[in-house]
Amino acid sequence: MTLQVSHLTTVFDLPSGTTAAVDDVSFEIAPGETLGLVGESGSGKSVTALSVLRLVQPPGRIASGSVKLAGRELLTLPEPDMQRVRGAEIGLIFQEPMTALNPVLTIGEQIMETLRVHRRASRRAARRLAVELVELVGIPEPELRVDDYPHQLSGGMRQRALIAIAIACRPSLLIADEPTTALDVTIQAQILDLLREMKKTLRLSLLLITHDLGVVAELADRVAVMYAGRIVEHGAVRALFRSPLHPYTKGLLASIPGTTSEHRLQTIAGTVPALGSFPAGCRFHPRCQERFDPCSTLPPPEDLVTPDRGIRCHLYHDGAC
Amino acid sequence: MALVEVTHLVKRFLRGRGLFTRGTAVTAVNDVTFAIEAGDTFGLVGESGSGKTTTGRCMLRLVEPTSGSVRFRDTEILALPAGPLRALRRDMQIMFQDPYSSLNPRMNARQIVEEPLAVHGVGSRSDRANRASELLQLVGLAIGQLEHYPHQFSGGQRQRINLARALALHPSFLILDEPVSALDVSIQGQIINLLLDLQERLSLTYLFIAHDLRLVRQVCNRVAVMYRGTIVETGPTASIFSGPVHPYTRALLSAIPQTDPDAPSQRMTFDPATAARVALREVRRGHWAAV
Repeated sequence: MTLQVSHLTTVFDLPSGTTAAVDDVSFEIAPGETLGLVGESGSGKSVTALSVLRLVQPPGRIASGSVKLAGRELLTLPEPDMQRVRGAEIGLIFQEPMTALNPVLTIGEQIMETLRVHRRASRRAARRLAVELVELVGIPEPELRVDDYPHQLSGGMRQRALIAIAIACRPSLLIADEPTTALDVTIQAQILDLLREMKKTLRLSLLLITHDLGVVAELADRVAVMYAGRIVEHGAVRALFRSPLHPYTKGLLASIPGTTSEHRLQTIAGTVPALGSFPAGCRFHPRCQERFDPCSTLPPPEDLVTPDRGIRCHLYHDGAC
Repeated sequence: MALVEVTHLVKRFLRGRGLFTRGTAVTAVNDVTFAIEAGDTFGLVGESGSGKTTTGRCMLRLVEPTSGSVRFRDTEILALPAGPLRALRRDMQIMFQDPYSSLNPRMNARQIVEEPLAVHGVGSRSDRANRASELLQLVGLAIGQLEHYPHQFSGGQRQRINLARALALHPSFLILDEPVSALDVSIQGQIINLLLDLQERLSLTYLFIAHDLRLVRQVCNRVAVMYRGTIVETGPTASIFSGPVHPYTRALLSAIPQTDPDAPSQRMTFDPATAARVALREVRRGHWAAV
């Protein structure tokens, strides 16, 4: 396994008390595999990614669990070692290509910085590699573009530059947090194609964090659906999209416009709960059409429907029926 | 007779003008023509920078167009002096995209909804208070939330307040500028369905500005696709989505992420260099394309 996350719990110490933004989350990513971590705002998907990188800032902190990269435990690693993991073994792509890039350094300098820090490459070797990377991510005229500043590039080209930095040290895992959300739909399609290509040529494992089920369907092999800090359902993309089990997953899929021929859209009633006001029992129960007795009091345990299909819902839990 | 007619609309901005530099002219909206029938939901689609938002703002003269004509109920808006324009604006309202920055954080929900009534001098103080609570119920908020401030509402609820404010003066025409793009997927549908319900109940006509083509397909009966300031294709939604003609429209539609993992990817690319700039011509009944 490239990445193994087990029983990860990340809490926030708020004035109102301590709340788990990520609550007992477990998942695995095999070499070359893409896991789509799907959720709406407040689901804990970004905090999960930050926890894997150990970049959670106070008042947040990782309370328990384990994060293993190629078998090595990251949560107990000394900070200097962890710094070597970030960037070198785990690449990262953020949502906002403009804010994630340093505006006063050229694209080439930013790629070279990564290579010189992690690979101790010479200036000349780093520059040659930077040009190769810029070409690899499909930026035209790489020898010239490598000397461009971020503001000279379009949004799509900036996202390509970020991908070049992220893969510069040939990481085994790439974490992409909403990599296409800020982009126009035609540019989004190009970036998805590029990520698919990079995955194949570099045999990267990808943790894809998004709220867009369309992006997941295009890129992911497996999906984990998060709601209010918990993974409520996970499985292979095809199985999960074909036959969603959890009422929330069903609702999310039905909410996508254009999936029904009706004029009115399918909706999920109610609102996404804020951190610190998660309901008791199953956290989705106030919005669930299929709730029954145990839902408001007992948190549903995880059940495996098939060896690679898990769900947390009383509807599918034998003991409760 | 169409309710709204936009003809040869042009808006140029000066970019980079400073104390000593003259700046360069950028044509954000370039000779745009379309008409919206009463009761329609007309979709204006395009990517960022295509000029769709500027077109909407020119129609209300929130930005002054450079040239062209905008007629509303047969009145030329661009020729109106300030007074009559203000009166006419009661009938044409806009709902903005961002629920987080479009509400004054120092005003509670009731004050926000009452403000347009006060500005236009409608009714007495108690009339306005009554109308505000009526409006907030109309958009699905509780009376108990009347005195709450924007930060106490979720994104979806804030868009409901925005809508209540836009409806305060009984408009017949509403410009919806990306009304749900900042909202969670599970909440988007609630706001869209509310907009559709109110359209029926209040006989509203909508200009729906959006980049989400899936949404446009679902709610609009006519669509215009904008690219770099011009309309490249326009017609009935069904005709455009089932048989796009302009290469840009085809590329745009092929880029929509498919939610079916087995759907074959048939992505098309658009090279602006190869697209000749020609006038719109009718390719099918009511369906025009610049090809």
